Amino acid sequence: MRREHEVGPVSRRHPANGKDHEVRWGREFPLRTVLREDGTADPEAVAIPDAELLALYRWMVLNRALDERMVTLQRQGRIGFYIGSIGEEATVFGTAAAMEERDWIFPCYREHGAALFRGMPLVTFMCDLLGNAGDAMKGRQMPCHEAWRPGRYASISSPIATEIPHAVGAAWAARLKGDDMVALTYFGEGATSANDFHTGLNFAAVRKIPVVFVCRNNGWAISVPRERQTASETIAQKAVAYGMRGERVDGNDLLAVFDATRRARARAAAGEGPTLVECVTYRVEGHSTSDDPRAYRPAELVAPWKKKDPILRIRRHLAVRGLVDDAADARLRDEVREQLQQALREAEAFPPKPPVESLFEDVYSEPLWQQREQLAELEAAIASDPRVANPRHTDA
Amino acid sequence: MPTMNVIQAVNDALKIEMRRDPDVVVLGEDVGKFGGVLRATQGLQDEFGADRVMDTPLAEGGIVGAAVGMALYGLRPVPEIQFADFIFPAFDQIVNEVAKYRYRSGGQYSCPLVIRTPYGGGIKGGHYHSQSPEAHFVHTAGLKVVVPSNPYDAKGLLISAIRDPDPVIFFEPKRIYRQYKEEVPDDGEALPLDVCFVLRDGTDITLVTWGAQVKESLEAAEQLAKEGISAEVIDLATLTPLDFDTIAESVQKTGRCVIVHEAPRTAGFGAEIAARIAEECIYDLLAPVVRVTGWDIHTPLYRLENKQLPSAARVVAAAKRTLAAG
Repeated sequence: MRREHEVGPVSRRHPANGKDHEVRWGREFPLRTVLREDGTADPEAVAIPDAELLALYRWMVLNRALDERMVTLQRQGRIGFYIGSIGEEATVFGTAAAMEERDWIFPCYREHGAALFRGMPLVTFMCDLLGNAGDAMKGRQMPCHEAWRPGRYASISSPIATEIPHAVGAAWAARLKGDDMVALTYFGEGATSANDFHTGLNFAAVRKIPVVFVCRNNGWAISVPRERQTASETIAQKAVAYGMRGERVDGNDLLAVFDATRRARARAAAGEGPTLVECVTYRVEGHSTSDDPRAYRPAELVAPWKKKDPILRIRRHLAVRGLVDDAADARLRDEVREQLQQALREAEAFPPKPPVESLFEDVYSEPLWQQREQLAELEAAIASDPRVANPRHTDA
Repeated sequence: MPTMNVIQAVNDALKIEMRRDPDVVVLGEDVGKFGGVLRATQGLQDEFGADRVMDTPLAEGGIVGAAVGMALYGLRPVPEIQFADFIFPAFDQIVNEVAKYRYRSGGQYSCPLVIRTPYGGGIKGGHYHSQSPEAHFVHTAGLKVVVPSNPYDAKGLLISAIRDPDPVIFFEPKRIYRQYKEEVPDDGEALPLDVCFVLRDGTDITLVTWGAQVKESLEAAEQLAKEGISAEVIDLATLTPLDFDTIAESVQKTGRCVIVHEAPRTAGFGAEIAARIAEECIYDLLAPVVRVTGWDIHTPLYRLENKQLPSAARVVAAAKRTLAAG
């Protein structure tokens, strides 16, 4: 017997013979895997050259170490909040690496790896977490809501799915300007319930806008499991109703993710329209540092996914290809640790706060009289009593 | 100079800007082939093609969301929301994305776009074709809010809005779209977005208003003049950034102020103006500031609609009460 919330096949009346038949979406959208158990790869997939693959492996290791270190930092009270992507590294780097450098990325808040990949300095990223004077967002955004314009990496908002129509608009604009640019946008499976997922995919499909929609299906939207998010057996099948192509790939398989994204990009650039790529992965940790998943998720659900760890899987493949041995791997991990330590030292050396006047900048291209007046009011208040600048201090 | 009504002036401003700058594009429901349900974009697709005048699916959040992406990429999109009453599905995109994009990215990105939308009552449209939601947007930092009241300003202000580096919500008073024509310059003249216009000089009382209520207020001033009362009429035209200096100067002169707007009274933009007058001009006041507004109800259908809207008669009565008070 099926549990009440389990997602299963849907019964449909066949248009020709009028009989009910089962539509098995899982069969229509099989999970595509490239990396095999033994570490070899399906030769049909788009190949990644050795040097590029090694670089991606290093990125994944760095991202994992970064996430672990930053969570510790949050527990120590040095940063206020953190959103990790542990276990989802293949999805993030496989997609980002498959795009061209000129392509824009419209992220959700769990793809900081893609920002780093696009050239955001590690120090700048850490300054964002600290909200200090080195922060490119001038201390305004929550941690993990980074923006990096030089890398065509858009700005992140906490409301869910809002970036999806932005990606569509940017790619639409690029087409109007005659640019060969394909936009990539990330969102979780929870976002597929939101308005902007629907409008974004619909707009893109109607106009064949060159976008790659990447759903990081990590199984959980904070405490709500995927089965409570949608009755669809797969996320990829949603593409059918929009009139676009859907793909379902093993999100812990770097090569499968890269392959699907590369093909989706090529179709988009060729004028064949957008693709919805569902990357099936798992959020092995909490949503953020603000929740303890033990409150809503049995630990035994997580254990099998730890065995499917995307870094272990690509590491096995690299060994088979003779690109990394244990000694090289240990060296790489030492380097990464040192790189993070050095970046953190540099980030923490910045003044702890952006200047007060920066509060009133960038609301408009130039401050209006309201902002100027209010800045003067705040400065006068600080001048008359410095405690205003830091209300937690009780003694001036 | 050619003569135009408000809708022709809007249409003309769009054409001028689209000819001047190939990055200016128009998108929305029915704006393309049909030229807009209220005809603001008539003829644009013929002249500029379907690539620059885009019919979209029926989803305001998608229209504004796509426009955000276009603006980020370097276009100057002018999305149309068919009626201001339908702007709320796009409210999240406007408040959380359009308004905050520059700020939250630390100035790395900007989002210059103009959301055009017909607003206001008087067309017998009931509560889903009559609202005046400007206060929601004036309350949101990061947006500029413009409400023209006549063909000349509609054209000059829309041209400025499209050239402005910040996002603008452009509310068009649809009730007076075709009410009258006047001479409008055809040289692409842009009007400043940070001034309000004194339309009539006076010494006894200041009437502050915007949009379709400007005409009611001018009529009221005319009636008051017949009774020997000299009313100054200020058309805000741009609500953000507000040119409060002009209001203050007038109130300091007259000592009395009546604020007229169509939106419901509670927390309408009139409340902000009254508060500001209290902060800056209270010792100049001879009488309390009074608001003539829509009631705190929804717009009824036609048989009772004119009971909801402010009118010249209500403005005259309020002005007389104010004068009687001091």
